[in-house]
Parts: sequence; structure tokens; C-alpha cells
Amino acid sequence: MTAVASDTWPRRLLAAVGSDDDDLYAVHLDTWGALPDVSGPAIVEAVEGSGLLGRGGAGFPAGRKMRTVAAGANRRPVVVANGAEGEPASGKDALLLGRAPHLVLDGIQLATRAIGADEAHLAVHLGSPVVGVVRAALARRGTADAVRVRVHEIPSRYVASEESALVHFLNGGEAKPTFTPPRPFEQGVGRRPTLVNNVETLAHVGAIARRGAAWFREVGDADEPGTLLVSVSAQEVTRRVAEVPTGTTIGAVADRAGVIRAGIGAVLVGGYFGSWLPAAYAWQLPLTHRAMRSAGAALGAGVIAILPPSSCGVAETARVLGYLATHNAGQCGPCLNGLPAIADAFRRLASGAWDERWWPALERWLAVVPGRGACRHPDGAVRLASTALSVFAEDIASHRSGRPCHASSAPAWLPAPRPPGGWR
Amino acid sequence: MAAGAPTAGRVAMTMRIRVNPIACEAHGVCAEVLPEWIELDEWGYPILDGEELPAQLLAHARRAAKACPTLAIVLSGE
Amino acid sequence: MTAFSSAPLWYTTRSTAIVAFVLLTASMFLGIAATQRALASRHWPRFATQDLHRNVSLLALGFMLTHIVTTLLDTFVYVGWWSMVIPGTSPYRRLWVSLGTIAFDVILVVIVTSLVRNRLPLRLWRAAHFAVYAVWPLAFVHFLETGTDAAHGRFGLWLDIGALLALLVAVAIRVSTTNEPIGPLRSVAGRSR
Repeated sequence: MTAVASDTWPRRLLAAVGSDDDDLYAVHLDTWGALPDVSGPAIVEAVEGSGLLGRGGAGFPAGRKMRTVAAGANRRPVVVANGAEGEPASGKDALLLGRAPHLVLDGIQLATRAIGADEAHLAVHLGSPVVGVVRAALARRGTADAVRVRVHEIPSRYVASEESALVHFLNGGEAKPTFTPPRPFEQGVGRRPTLVNNVETLAHVGAIARRGAAWFREVGDADEPGTLLVSVSAQEVTRRVAEVPTGTTIGAVADRAGVIRAGIGAVLVGGYFGSWLPAAYAWQLPLTHRAMRSAGAALGAGVIAILPPSSCGVAETARVLGYLATHNAGQCGPCLNGLPAIADAFRRLASGAWDERWWPALERWLAVVPGRGACRHPDGAVRLASTALSVFAEDIASHRSGRPCHASSAPAWLPAPRPPGGWR
Repeated sequence: MAAGAPTAGRVAMTMRIRVNPIACEAHGVCAEVLPEWIELDEWGYPILDGEELPAQLLAHARRAAKACPTLAIVLSGE
Repeated sequence: MTAFSSAPLWYTTRSTAIVAFVLLTASMFLGIAATQRALASRHWPRFATQDLHRNVSLLALGFMLTHIVTTLLDTFVYVGWWSMVIPGTSPYRRLWVSLGTIAFDVILVVIVTSLVRNRLPLRLWRAAHFAVYAVWPLAFVHFLETGTDAAHGRFGLWLDIGALLALLVAVAIRVSTTNEPIGPLRSVAGRSR
């Protein structure tokens, strides 16, 4: 694990970020040049050699995924770029697509070449401001793109950007997860092998195809190299997106964002489906999948949400659990029954309307809900709740015995938007 | 989907039983057929782990899959 | 075929008709009962009712087939072998026999789709199975209009009323089914692994 000083953070994906007035394509070509004339197999090799891990949350090796989809093709495969950022606390996909879309669009073309696809789709949230930018960017590129990219606006629901939900939507269904297997890489859009990649992953592909695997590995952790986009939220800052070398500690990211560490007790890492960690422990934790796993957490969508000293972790967790409960797809019993029950218990904990008889029920629900849905939505909610119980143990004890919360009058911090109507 | 190493001329099959949680409507018939393996949670939905089924339960597992009104029980590995 | 008519053939036709009709009604009742969690218990689980429904249905099919064959063999009244599966081809009481034919055809489809249920999309099986609600009235009218026994005498009367009542009760139960989840942590049978 390399410790990287905060003044050596290179700007790669964010090198050609434009403003509203710029001709984004001109800025992009200026920085990166035209789309390289690399062959499909060379692209796969470069991505494999780079060690790039998927940036959508799962952290699966991107090169291996490409190779698997390409190999499984009796039928022409399909590329799907996932820019539908479901995490309310994440802003990286919106930034990429809204201010530096061309590296992503390059990545899509390169991916189609790599797997031999003749069809490409880009999913963004319905009504998002990036829709216009992306459509304009595609128009600007015109015939420079070999494969036409179809832009789809999907409902801005938390689970809609899950891989199988996305594919289901593209196949004409609702944006709800489906029962797997078969997974999209085997049978996806039109029952064809489908490569679903987060837009950040594709942006990295766009860079790697030009500069090479060795260049990618120059920065960041030795085993999980490259740079990573994270979204930092704290008292001082809201969803600030930063590009950091992998292996950078959470503390270094926080310092760079101007966060004052004094009084901070906990950090939420990954996203709303992520884990709370004690701040003292989090500051020295490197941003790699490996380190996160051994800390009982996950890199997820790169969210680093630093609980303000004036906020109550229990109340914030209760609100987010309520959000997750209303955002389930309503398809699987354990999730659609269990999540509201867990959210309700936390609400009682936070508000002081607690009854000790709820404790064994809460423990039971946290044990019985995970792993029993068609997707990982219930697992994420349970992870959030369980880590909250351990990280905020003292506060929980206070709440349980009815003592008033030190932050009961603090304003709501983590956003919890209501679901829009409809699944199409 | 693997066959185990042959032992004394017979091939051991590993079979696992899962539920499609989207198709499942909590009828609970599976738990009636296979109580040794399937338990229902408080909302009536089956709890099954992904472990290998012991050989003596294979026939019952097939029966449970047949009996499910929504065909939500899925067997794999045969 | 030489002229072949005998009282035993005719009695077999009549008796198998009655038994088939009763079994058909019983099968529908059992099919609906199998969906009711409230009717299940530790000692009589739903898969037992499902099995009974299946066996009664197959038995009904057996009696139906016998009824059809004896009818066709009996030359006292000429019905014609095609009318076994094609409605409208019987010179004898064309309309009422046709109803029986249609009912039989649909029942065949239902039974075949049920035998290969796990290879079919669930929607298809469900659509076929719901067709039995149309079959029963057809079978009932066929029974009343072609049958010697159904429309005559007190035995026939009680049989008709009983069957109709049983079916109405079954349909009422089916229509009002909600099958609520069973409540706080409780398994239907104890777990012993």
C-alpha cells in the first residue's frame, strides 16, 4: 500500500472538466486528443494489464468482465453505460457526465470495439441536468462514433440503477431488479451478453486506451492502481467530488476538502448501503477495496460522508433507513416487510419513543433479512443499520434508556428524497 | 453444477435449493413439504441457506419445487 | 362394426357419467381448497390436498374416457368417433353432446399443462387452469340435457343441487381469498436439521 502525499494528486478523469460555456469537445480533444485507433483485443489487454476495477461499487476487474462478455458471445454483445447515480450522497457520475462527458463517451466506443458490440446504451436519471449535456455531446461527436449511443432516462429510484434493473428497463420492463442467474453478462439486453459498466469505469478505459496500462499503474495502490472519484460530504462541504489516487487515506481526503477533524465521531463510507466507521479508525484507512473489506466496509460508490459534530448518527441513520425502505422495489417479501420494520425501530430509537421490547425484534430482523432479496438492497440497509448499532453504541444506549439526544434539534443532514412516481 | 468424484462406481450430485424471492408469494407450501430444510420467517417467506442438500432430502426437495403454487422454488446442480 | 348394443354398455355410460361429474365437481372443490392456508394443518398439509386434487382429477379423466368409449361403442344411438374431440359432429343431440366434447377438450389441455407445469411459463398454466371455471357449467348442462338420470327422479335432483352448491361455495371461497402472512416468527412445522 503506497501512502500518497496530498499534493501529488494528478487530475486524470477531471483533467478536461469544462464549464457551461466551454465547447466540451474542444477541451476534451485538446487534453486527450482524438479517439485512438487501437484494436479491440489491444483494448482488452490494456484494461486487463491496468488492473482497473469497476467503479460502480462491486469492484470487479474491468478487463476480466470485458473478456468474459466478449467470449460468451454467440450473439452480438451490447454495451450499457450506467450513469444513473442512485446514491443521493454521490455526485461523481453527475460531474463526469455533466462537465467531462467525452472521456466516458470515448470509453463506450472503445468498449464496443473491445467486445465486438454493435449496440450501446447510456442510462441517466429522468429529468437530470446531465441529459441535455450528454445529448449535445453525442451530437457534437456525430459520425466520429462508430456505434450510435442511445440515451435512456430512467426513473430516479435507488434500485433502478442496479445492473439487472437497468437491463430489465432496457428490455421494455420496469426499472426493478430481476431474479438472477442469468446475469446480464450472459443474458442481458435482448437476451444478448451485456457489458454493464459504471461511467467512471468507462472514462478510465478512455484514458487507458491512450496512455497504456503502465501509465495507469503509475499512480495509486500497487494492487488496485489508478485514481478514484469520491464524493465528500461534511459540515463544511456537500458532495464535493475529488479525484484521488487509490490507497489515499480517508483522512487525507478529508483534510484536502477542508474538513476540521475535531469533534467528529463517525464516517459513512460507500454510500447509503455502506458502513459507518469510527472516525479515528477511518482517518487512517486507505481507499482500496482490500482495506475496506478488512474493515468490514466497502468502497461502494466512493461516498465519504463525515458526520458533523452537531448531528446525531442515530437520527441520520433512521432517516436514511426510512429512505431505503420507501425505495425498495416491493418485489421480495423479506425486503418489503423487513426494511420498514427496521426503519421504524430506528425512528423510535432516534425520537425517544423507544420501547425495550423492540430490541429483540430489531436484532431478529437484522439477522433474517440479508441475502434474501433478488438484489443487494436489503443487505445494504442492514449493513448500514448494523454498523450504526456498533459505531454509535453509546448513543444507542442513551436513546434506549430514554435520555435525550445531544443533537435532537440538529437539522437533517443526509438527503433522503422521496421516490418519484412510476418505474418506467 | 458439478458432479462429485465417483465413489464406488456412483457419482455424487450436489444439489442446492433456492427461492426466487420475486415469484414467492409466501404461500408456505414449501415449508410444509420440506420442514427439515425450510423455515418461514415472521412474514411467511421461506428461509433457505444455499448449502448442499443432504441426499435423503433430494426427493422431498423436488416435491417442494413441484408443490409451490408460483413455481418459486428453484433447484440447481442436478 | 356390427350393431352392438346392450344394457350393460348403456348402464356403464350412465354410471361413469355420474361418477365423472361428481369427481369433476370434487376436483374443483379440492383445487380451490388447496389454495387456502386456513384449511391446512399440521396433520393435513396443503401438498396433501394438492395430491388429492391431482388424483381425483386423473380419476375423473379415467371415468370420462370410459364414458366416452362406451358411448361410442354403443350403436343404439350413433354419436361418431370424431365427436370425442371435435364439437358439432354428433348427429345425436348435437348441441348437448358438443358441450361435453368441449368440456373434455379443455380438461385434456388442463391436465396436460399441469403434468408439464414446471416446464411452462406460469402464466400459460394459470390461463389454462382458469378455463375449468367455464368447463364445469358446460359439463353440468351436458349432464342435464343428455343424461338420463340427471333430469329425472330425486336422486338426480339431489345430485344436481348438491354439485351446484358445492361449486358455488368453492368459488365464493376462492373469490374471497386473501392468504395473509402468518404472523410473528412461527414455522409451519418444527425444524430439525
